Amino acid sequence: MTPALAKPTTDDVWRWLEDVPDPEIPVVSVVDLGIIRNVEWRDDTLIVTVTPTYSGCPATAVIAMEVEEAIRRRGVDAVRIETQISPAWTTDWITDAAKEKLKAYGIAPPKGASCAGMLTAPAEIECPRCGSTDTSEISRFGSTPCKASWRCNACLEPFDYFKSF
Amino acid sequence: MAGDTDKLVRDLALRMGDNALILGQRVSAWCGHAPVLEEDIALANVALDLIGQTKLWLGLAADLGAGANADDVAFLRDARAFRNSLLVEQPNGDYGATLMRQFLFDAWHYPMLNGLKDSADARVAEIAEKSAKEAAYHLERSSDFVVRLGDGSDESRARMQDALDALYPFAGELTTPDETDDALAAAGLAPDLNALGEHYDAYLDRVLSEATLTAPEGAVRKGGKAGLHTEEMGHILADMQWLQRAYPGATW
Repeated sequence: MTPALAKPTTDDVWRWLEDVPDPEIPVVSVVDLGIIRNVEWRDDTLIVTVTPTYSGCPATAVIAMEVEEAIRRRGVDAVRIETQISPAWTTDWITDAAKEKLKAYGIAPPKGASCAGMLTAPAEIECPRCGSTDTSEISRFGSTPCKASWRCNACLEPFDYFKSF
Repeated sequence: MAGDTDKLVRDLALRMGDNALILGQRVSAWCGHAPVLEEDIALANVALDLIGQTKLWLGLAADLGAGANADDVAFLRDARAFRNSLLVEQPNGDYGATLMRQFLFDAWHYPMLNGLKDSADARVAEIAEKSAKEAAYHLERSSDFVVRLGDGSDESRARMQDALDALYPFAGELTTPDETDDALAAAGLAPDLNALGEHYDAYLDRVLSEATLTAPEGAVRKGGKAGLHTEEMGHILADMQWLQRAYPGATW
């Protein structure tokens, strides 16, 4: 039995999670994406509450595993991941810094407030490569559930748009 | 009284979950076979959303006594225990039939989920809140395609009209209330299907007229909600359930 480590604060845990990348878009962390909803100690168990982006997103299970692993690696064994679906995840929770990181990575960040009710015509989306707003949608769906496929009419490159949700 | 409510919520969860599961299973069969890459990706994403929603609905049904867990509810029931509408079990057919089936479903699914956000049962409202955002994208895509292909070439228009003629008779089941639907609406657990049906008909009118397509007259074909399915259902389940039936308790 090694002596018990001092119990890390929830702030410590939040900092650790800032280093856990999203498995599909590793340039942003799970904290950046707003999918970690809560960190708390319940008696001597650390509870991390995670919300899925899309209900069928295959990355959800991987994210839960990686979060748990990141915490265990720091010596906390009593950890439990809980899933919460309400309030439903929205791209409004993605931090501004993360939106810049997405853009630098070649993914146009979500634009405007998330859809409430019926979708409206897509906002003007800027090409992450050349910055032109002369762009058009190829498909509402893309390489992962959270992205749509777009093309730039100026530089002619296709690109992913992290759709507002 | 609490027992009655639980049974109603379970029935609702089975209906919503089975519709999502069977349509998700159908649509996923296109993976790798769609006419263009973008559509292959779109269909796989729609199927993924539906299967994700299935997990939530059937998980709730399982909590209320329908089985040990969502997987058991999906894989260990026989056709007569499934509560999906006849529409979603219809074969994929050509691409027009797949799109038309999706459109007729999405046009109901999205307002239904929006109505369920106000359910008196918090668990139902939470699942609806999550799923409605996904269904909005599905409806937008399928409506666009029905217009584009309906008001398209002679061939695409003919195929879309054939698909509508074949599938429209099954659509009415979604908006025709039975005793369970009436009880759900009376208890504030689900929206009133009659009102939803008026909205549905008006939406279809608008999109189909823009698509230059005409809905056929004729009787509504129903039975799925009561577990009375078409012959398609047995084939779907044979495909979907064989592993869990042949190797009970298999894990990997």
